Amino acid sequence: MVTSAISRRSGRETRDTVVIRFAGDSGDGMQVTGSQFTLETALAGSDFSTFPDFPAEIRAPAGTTFGVSAFQIHFGGTDVMTPGDAVDVLVAMNPAALTVDVKDLKVGGTVIVDTAAFTERNLGKAGYTKNPLDDGSLAPYQVLKFDITKQTAEAVKPYGLSSREAHLCRNMWALGLLLWMYGRERAATLEWLKRKFAKKPVIADANVAALNAGHAFGETAEMPEHLVGYVVPKADVRPGRYRTISGTEGLAWGLVAGMRAAGIGKMVFAGYPITPASALLHTLANLGAYGVVTFQAEDEIAASGAALGAAYAGALGVTSSSGPGIALKTEMLGLAIATELPLVVIDSQRAGPSTGMPTKTEQSDLFQAVHGRNADAPLAVLAAATTTDCFDVAIEAVRLATKYMTPVIILTDGYLAHAAEPWRIPRAADLPRFPVSYRTDPEGFQPFLRDPETLARPWVKPGTPQLEHRIGGLEKDYDSGHISYDPDNHARMTKARADKIAGIARDIPLQNVTLGNDRAKLGVVGWGSTFGPIYQAVKIAREEGRDVAHIHVRYLSPFPRNLGDLLKRYDRVLVPEMNNGQLVKLLRAEYLIPAEGLSKVTGKPFRVTEIAQAIRGRT
Amino acid sequence: MTVTTITDAQLAPKDYASDQEVRWCPGCGDYAILKAVQKSCAELGVSRERTVFVSGIGCAARFPYYMSTYGFHTVHGRAPAIATGIKLANPDLDVWVMTGDGDGLSIGGNHMLHVLRRNVDLQIILFNNEIYGLTKGQYSPTSRRGTRSPSTPRGSIEYPVSACAFALGAGARFVARSIDTLQPHLIATLKRAHAHRGASFVEILQNCVVFNDAVFEHITGKEVAADAQVSLEHGKPLLFGKNKEKGLRLRPGKLEIEIVTVGENGFTAADALVHDETNRALAQLLAALEPPFPTAMGVLYCNPGESYEREVYAQLGGTNATADIDALLNSERTWEVEGGGS
Repeated sequence: MVTSAISRRSGRETRDTVVIRFAGDSGDGMQVTGSQFTLETALAGSDFSTFPDFPAEIRAPAGTTFGVSAFQIHFGGTDVMTPGDAVDVLVAMNPAALTVDVKDLKVGGTVIVDTAAFTERNLGKAGYTKNPLDDGSLAPYQVLKFDITKQTAEAVKPYGLSSREAHLCRNMWALGLLLWMYGRERAATLEWLKRKFAKKPVIADANVAALNAGHAFGETAEMPEHLVGYVVPKADVRPGRYRTISGTEGLAWGLVAGMRAAGIGKMVFAGYPITPASALLHTLANLGAYGVVTFQAEDEIAASGAALGAAYAGALGVTSSSGPGIALKTEMLGLAIATELPLVVIDSQRAGPSTGMPTKTEQSDLFQAVHGRNADAPLAVLAAATTTDCFDVAIEAVRLATKYMTPVIILTDGYLAHAAEPWRIPRAADLPRFPVSYRTDPEGFQPFLRDPETLARPWVKPGTPQLEHRIGGLEKDYDSGHISYDPDNHARMTKARADKIAGIARDIPLQNVTLGNDRAKLGVVGWGSTFGPIYQAVKIAREEGRDVAHIHVRYLSPFPRNLGDLLKRYDRVLVPEMNNGQLVKLLRAEYLIPAEGLSKVTGKPFRVTEIAQAIRGRT
Repeated sequence: MTVTTITDAQLAPKDYASDQEVRWCPGCGDYAILKAVQKSCAELGVSRERTVFVSGIGCAARFPYYMSTYGFHTVHGRAPAIATGIKLANPDLDVWVMTGDGDGLSIGGNHMLHVLRRNVDLQIILFNNEIYGLTKGQYSPTSRRGTRSPSTPRGSIEYPVSACAFALGAGARFVARSIDTLQPHLIATLKRAHAHRGASFVEILQNCVVFNDAVFEHITGKEVAADAQVSLEHGKPLLFGKNKEKGLRLRPGKLEIEIVTVGENGFTAADALVHDETNRALAQLLAALEPPFPTAMGVLYCNPGESYEREVYAQLGGTNATADIDALLNSERTWEVEGGGS
């Protein structure tokens, strides 16, 4: 907890930023609790960053450690860029949640527990031989023990719920208490409950009662000694209209905005269910009114095939998956490269190899994206840095795919897919415009006649008179596009495909330095969702007087054309990545620089301190 | 959605041929199929610019290069998926999938299953030569037990799949069978397939002159054809033989077909089973007939239902969706941050 001024103001202490983690059984509604707390926090004007962490099992056996579901929010009045390293307040709904999550709690931090859940049975399932509430093991923390189960039961009594139904309202009681602690409103949550349980008004009323009871518990004389209310100031942000946005929403809306920017009337989005990419399919399935047709294919291969078929027919073809599914799409990427059709492919990376840890985040598909195909098969690769950046990256991917007639892979990850941040909503009129022109003129038409500047071939919609032609995966003659096995022609075509992608470097921004100077003792280079922790770590190190800079690479294929020169100006280059060292190898191979890697492969995002420590060791 | 039917009655079969040299082996059954398709197109007066031929990999998959329409030669087995994407992007295109027994029933078997059950409006033409041609003669999923090939030197021990039985099992609503050399029948069958809205599946018995020559001779040979084939016509009795002297009927008290001879044991032509294209159970029985029974030729099953892509757009309320993007970005909860700093 960053504490600026601990001043008593109307009985509340002031905190600059706070990290709260709600943890419980996967059936305890912790994701909903976190999301609602986030919404109330956003409406109160704080900056924030969230991180949901849930198990792969839909309903793991109750009370077990592997069934613990958690939601973390970092919010406050200053620039919040990560979900926070260490937790200030842990809400643990059962012993399993306590044992899993207490290790991330700061010394002196607060833990709120539901005492009723600390039964012998639950303690045993969590691996406790003694009750941690009694044995002194929680001495480093402020422990607030409430019988949340009983308090909730009493609050919902008038509604005649079954004990099971009443139990499910516990999360709202906890939410009510936390909203009181941080001086948040309840209006948006009350409205949400009414909407969510519109068909079950009794359940809605019971949840409202539980929420209000938790809030009143903080407010009233029942307030125990350690339970203190806080004031968290508003963030100083640009004026405008804001909303919360998850990475998934950012991508979905960015794809729609990109389609409009390109002047394409229709998007065909084809996917196959896979964690954590499915959320994008679900989001886009509701955007039919914006020209989006979604298709749940029989497998990943068919999903990529349908997207490519749609692109061939003149629509915006998009397919999405996670690492194992992208592996299956590889063959179709090769065909998209050979036939030079635009295709946007989204890879929500997760921990691997193979099935790996489906709900845990990782950045280990960079090699797969850049190089993972048979033969010389270049394409463009972009990575989103933050949830709000997902929107901009999606638009940029559509621009590059349609302008250069190439597949473009967007790398995102499990963290970005589910995390949320406040977003200043752009006006549609202010969004970029890059209209595509479908070829309709038969005069001098050849299907692979390239634009001299971009080297892109023309995009022709079937249905266009007099432009009937055939394309396919066989090598084509450079001029006519007919099948060709000529050796020199293949060499020329291979070079043309490579030059086309390399040429994109002339059409993207030069690599900038996010923080610090373009010459320093240490350059810390990141990509993707590690943006937040790297930025904060570099900021801290610079405040300590260290000569360090942060370089964030959005374009991973091709690299910005000044990247090599820039990196050579740093005495040392450090590349923190959530993989076993992938960008670091690409940089070393491309620029012959002795870049060093900093790997984290635990399925969790970097902590700021982990990177800060690595910087201190090198400056 | 407006559907414009563009016909060009002036076009001759040769107008549907591209300028590319056809490169199948001399004597290959594919030539006859190409000719039949071009003739069907001319007779139907289909628009070249609205027609797309999509294929996977294999000898049959070279087909699009030889047509003067739009064409997409894709990857092994995936043509149904790509064709589905094309139809989702533009339901007005007239799309054919040209495939083979390896492409459509082995590497692409899963896609074939799903494109048929979804009922995407496509003509799916499966060239069945019971062998892998382009990879030089390995046994295929339709090869009979005992087929000797480079990969089965001791003879194949696998049970083959019946293309038409597979299609029916997948839920196809149009299933037909013809033969490469049976030109008038093939053209009539292709035209029926084209007229059908939804996925139409046509198996063509096709002779591979190099790796599996004469594999269908016991069905297609001039001497045996009349006894080895039964021609299906909706509402007509299932009679075959040189003088239509043989008939098919259900064995009394059993769900199986038997051959009877007209004039023997009091059996008359009127006692034969009458073909009903809309009867899926009958279609399954006919699809499964193999020697000594005659092989069923013609439309086994035709029972149209709304096509997948039309239902997709019916749900979406049309093909042109232009809702305001500002409304999308401002949906749900928003809040204003006032100017002037804090």
